Formats: sequence, C-alpha cells, structure tokens
Amino acid sequence: MLKLELRPQASEFWRYASPVLALLITVALGIGLFVLLGKDPLRGLQMFFWEPVKSAYALGELMVKATPLLVIALGLAVCFRSNVWNIGAEGQFVIGAVAAGGVALLADKETGRWIVVVVVLAGVAGGMFWAGITAWLRDQFHANEILVSLMLVYVADMVLGYLVYGPWKDPAGYNFPQTKTFEAVTQIPRLMSGSRVSVGLILALTGVAAVWVFLFRTRSGFAQQVGGLAPSAARYAGFSSRKALWLALLTSGGAAGLAGALEVAGPIGQLTPYIPSGYGFAAIIVAYVGRLHPIGIVFSAILMSMFYIGGELAQSRMGLPKSITGVFQGLLLFSLLACDTLMAYRLRWQSGRA
Amino acid sequence: MESYALLIAATLNAGTVLAIAALGLLINEKVGVVNLGAEGMMLCSAIAGFAAVVHTGSDLLGFLAGMGAGALLGAIFGVMVIYLGTNQYATGLALSLFGVGFSAFVGISYVQEKLPPRLQFEIPFLADIPLLGAAFFKQHPLVYGVIAFAMALIWFFYKTRTGLVLRSVGESPESAHALGYSVRRIRFLAVMVGGALCGLSGAYISVVYTPLWVEGMVAGKGWIALALTTFATWRPARILLGAYLFGGVTMLQFHLQGLGVQVPSQFLSALPYLATIVVLAMISRNPVWIRVNMPASLGKPFHPSS
Repeated sequence: MLKLELRPQASEFWRYASPVLALLITVALGIGLFVLLGKDPLRGLQMFFWEPVKSAYALGELMVKATPLLVIALGLAVCFRSNVWNIGAEGQFVIGAVAAGGVALLADKETGRWIVVVVVLAGVAGGMFWAGITAWLRDQFHANEILVSLMLVYVADMVLGYLVYGPWKDPAGYNFPQTKTFEAVTQIPRLMSGSRVSVGLILALTGVAAVWVFLFRTRSGFAQQVGGLAPSAARYAGFSSRKALWLALLTSGGAAGLAGALEVAGPIGQLTPYIPSGYGFAAIIVAYVGRLHPIGIVFSAILMSMFYIGGELAQSRMGLPKSITGVFQGLLLFSLLACDTLMAYRLRWQSGRA
Repeated sequence: MESYALLIAATLNAGTVLAIAALGLLINEKVGVVNLGAEGMMLCSAIAGFAAVVHTGSDLLGFLAGMGAGALLGAIFGVMVIYLGTNQYATGLALSLFGVGFSAFVGISYVQEKLPPRLQFEIPFLADIPLLGAAFFKQHPLVYGVIAFAMALIWFFYKTRTGLVLRSVGESPESAHALGYSVRRIRFLAVMVGGALCGLSGAYISVVYTPLWVEGMVAGKGWIALALTTFATWRPARILLGAYLFGGVTMLQFHLQGLGVQVPSQFLSALPYLATIVVLAMISRNPVWIRVNMPASLGKPFHPSS
C-alpha cells in the first residue's frame, strides 16, 4: 500500500512543482466537471486559458482584474509569513473603497487633479483602520484574529449598505442604492487609451519589489518571519511579537484598502452595494498558490484573474453559472495543499501491511 | 406580551441552528482538530438538504442528505489534515471558499424552487398554555432534540470510557497513541461526525429555519458557531447557552424593527457579528483561562512515527 515517509529535508523541487501539479489537477477536475454537465470541455478550457490572453485588449482586461488580487495578496503574504491569520481582507477592501469613495464624493468641478492622491491614501487608511481593529482586539484582548477579521467582513458590508442606501445615496439616482458618479478628476489615471489598465498596475508592481526587499533584505522583514516560524526563537532574539502583529495587520489591511480605492476610483467610479467582489477571499488563494513569495504571487494573480474572466465568459457563452469561478478557486487551493504534502513527505509503495 | 412569546420562540429556533453546528465543531475540537470549513460545509449541506426535499418531499431525507454532504466534506477535510498533514487553518479555509462557490454553482437551478407546505409542530396540551405554549411548545422536534443531544454529549464526554479516550486524544495525542489508541482514526471519525452535525445545521437552515435556497444563505453562522466553541470554553452546556444568546441577538433586530426603533436596519443586521466580536474579546481577555480549558493539541497535526 502507499505510505508517506518523512523526508529528511523539505524538497526544493516540489516547492515549485507543487503549484504546477495542483493547477493540472484542477484542470483535470474542471474537464471532468464540464463533461459531467454535458458541455464541450475543450471549449471550456478555451474560455479560461485562451480567450483571456488572445488579444492586446483581452490581456489588458486580464491585468485590470489581476491588479487588485496582486495588491491584496502581497499584503497577505507579509501577514501570513508572520503567522497572523487575517482572513478579513474582503472587509478591509470594502472599507478602503468606502473611505476612498467618501473623499471622491467631496470633489467638485473646480477640484484639482491632486485629489487622486488623497483618494488613494484615504483607501489605504481605511483598510488599515479596519485591520487595526482586529490587531487591537488581538493585542489587548487576545481575541482570535481569524474570527474577528472574518466577522468584520459582514460589518463592513453593512457599513457600505448603510451609506449607499442612506446618507450617501445619489439624490438624482432614481432611488437606486448608489452614490453619484465620481468626478472625472478623481479617476485613477489610465496608462494608455483603449485599455482600462491604470496606474494601479504600476503601483502593484512597485509593491512586488517593495515586499521582496522588505521580506528578504531588511532586518525587520526577517524579524517578522522568524516570529511566524519560531515564536520562541523570535522572543529570545528580542523581536517584539506585538510589533509583528500590528505590522502584519496594518500592512495587509493597507494593501486591501489600496485595492479597494483603485477599484472604486478606477473601473467602478461610484459606490454601490456590489463593491464586495470576493477579491479579498480570492487573494488568500493567490497568496498561497504564489508560495507567499512576491514573484510567485504575480503569476498566481494572473492565473486567478483568468479564472474570473473565464467564469464570466463561461456564463455568457456557455450558459454556465458564474460561480464556477469559485468552484475552481476552491479546488485549486485544495489541490495545492494536498500536493504540498509531497514537499515534506515522499510516497513509497510498501508490500503487505506495515 | 404575545410578541415576547414569539420572540422567545424565534430565539430558540435561531439558537438551534447555531447549537447543532457548534456541538459538531466541539466534537472536532475535543480531539484536537479545528475545522474552519464550517461555513462551507453548512452551505453545501443547505443546498443538498433543500434539493432532497424538493425532489422527495420528505424533510427527513433532506436532513439525511444534509448530514451526508457534511460528513463527506468532513471526510475530505479529515483525509487532508489528519493523513496528509496539511495545515488545519488553510485547509478549513479552502473548504469554506470551495463550499461558497460550489453551493452557489449547484444551487442556481433551485433559486426559484418552493418546498411542499411546512408542517406546524406542537406538543399536545402544553401548546395550549397561554404565552408559554407559544414560546416553548410549538417548535420543530430538532429544537428539543438538540437539548437532549447536548445532555447526551455531556454524559458521553465526562462519564464514559470512550468519551475519556476522545478527550485524551485532544489533550495528549502522544499518550493516547502510547496506550494503543489509533489517534488518527479517532480524529477522522470525530471530524466526520462533526461534519455531519454541521450538515444537519445547514439543512435545518434551508428546510426549516428559512425554507428556501439563496446563495450564501448561511450568512456567517458557521463562523459564529466556531466562535461559540471558544465562548463556551469547550463545554457542551455553555454552547447551548451561548447559542440561545446569539439566537436572541439575531432575533432582537426583527423585534426592534417591529417596535419601530429608529436605528438604521444595517446596524441591527450587524448586531450578531458585532456581538460575536465583543463576546470573543471578553472571553479571551484572560489567556490563562482559555489555555486551561482548550484541548491542548488543538490545531496541531499528529504523525504516529514522530
């Protein structure tokens, strides 16, 4: 029978091969699902892996969706490496969007272009504030950050709902629950005409470099990770676990808030009840599939973006529910976790009973 | 007065949803396994139970379908964290994310479906008592069932040998292993039972509590049930108490709206989540107390050869 045997050292090969194998397993399961539903699996694969990359415009759209995922996942990578389990990035994203939207609503015809900077910073601050609540409750009361950050996602949705149904509702909006469309000056600048790719992508890629330098080239980045891997070693070295906790949550909250600002002042352009998009949850998968490494996360963010676009196309062209994206996202994370077993263990055939 | 009787009745009903799931999660955690996938398991079971009732017309089959779906997902989770040694938090999270997507995917054709007329339950004679009858004796059988189950669980954990073995697996898997108990098999079975109970809770939501199917209808109850196990410091009776407390908070919003209290409805809807945060912070304030009560191996994998 098959038996798992502990490796003396974690396998370097499987560290990189496991996400690839996980993707292959997910694709295989996906093909099975298409066949089961009586859909042409080749056409299904085409929606997910060819349509999103087949033209310059499609590639642009791929980047538009990958940007928020990349930004949030970068923050989560820092957070998870510190062994802090912030799973409420979705809520921080929403509050970031609300804060950014609040500033954008203050702009009028005379406002200068500088307002964009304030909009973005407000988003970051909003996300940091929301994550800060979790950090404070964990720091002062030892409340479990998983549950608190998750509960705050629901609260964030209510805050957004209250504002767009109440005080911030557009008076000229035929009673629709939405704010007025933001002034053009608040719009995140686009990189080129004919594509929706914005400066956000540049910010995200700068973030990749920044997180890489922080994690692998600075003392505080090192301290952050030691605290995650070996708390007692970190204590012995004099690294503060409280500082690590705050830094982890504020970084990931700020990143999620930034993503919220980029979305609401970018492709969306107003606050609606549909701001919560699930990006905050999908980014958890992005962070994991990217091995919590900034470069890896670039690839996984693009992959997850393909899942989103593929899901939308599968809905419009093949009559499949859009939620197929969520199914594939979940399957991918499941397969990855299972494949990661191969990093620490080796599979051995053993005859008879051991 | 009549409205207070209805408020109590609704509180018991809402508390039952949380209690069934939280008792299942308690069984998991007593053997040292945290399953963050509760929300996903409950959603999948909710649609499984709902679909079963739509097709067969039998509530009982609906509950069984929900339990089956929950046990199956629990088994997948169990194989991964117990036999493959994956991280419990990450795997549970994967289960929740998968469950949200999968239930929405499967459930899309059931959104408009209606269930056969719901039965009204009442206990003969007792139900006719003014006020008390409406408050306590016109409930679904599971409302009483969960109380009996919690009592049975107390007896099982603290008065039987098997219960003792279960607790020892959670407190010190090494000792249980040395005594010749198969730690991994016991954990696996407990995880499946926990999954089945989360499944029952999910099916109760879509078949009895709000008899319809809407995407994401569990609305965080799985997470609240997870918080309840900490709140109850891993004691079955306190879980029951906590579940009714949270059930009451959930129902209070409708009651306050009915009374015409001038508060934004979103604030009232956020109450159960805010209450969970506040209670969690209050309970966790004393880390020593939590550590004394928490199963010692909670969240830690066990490999027999190590």
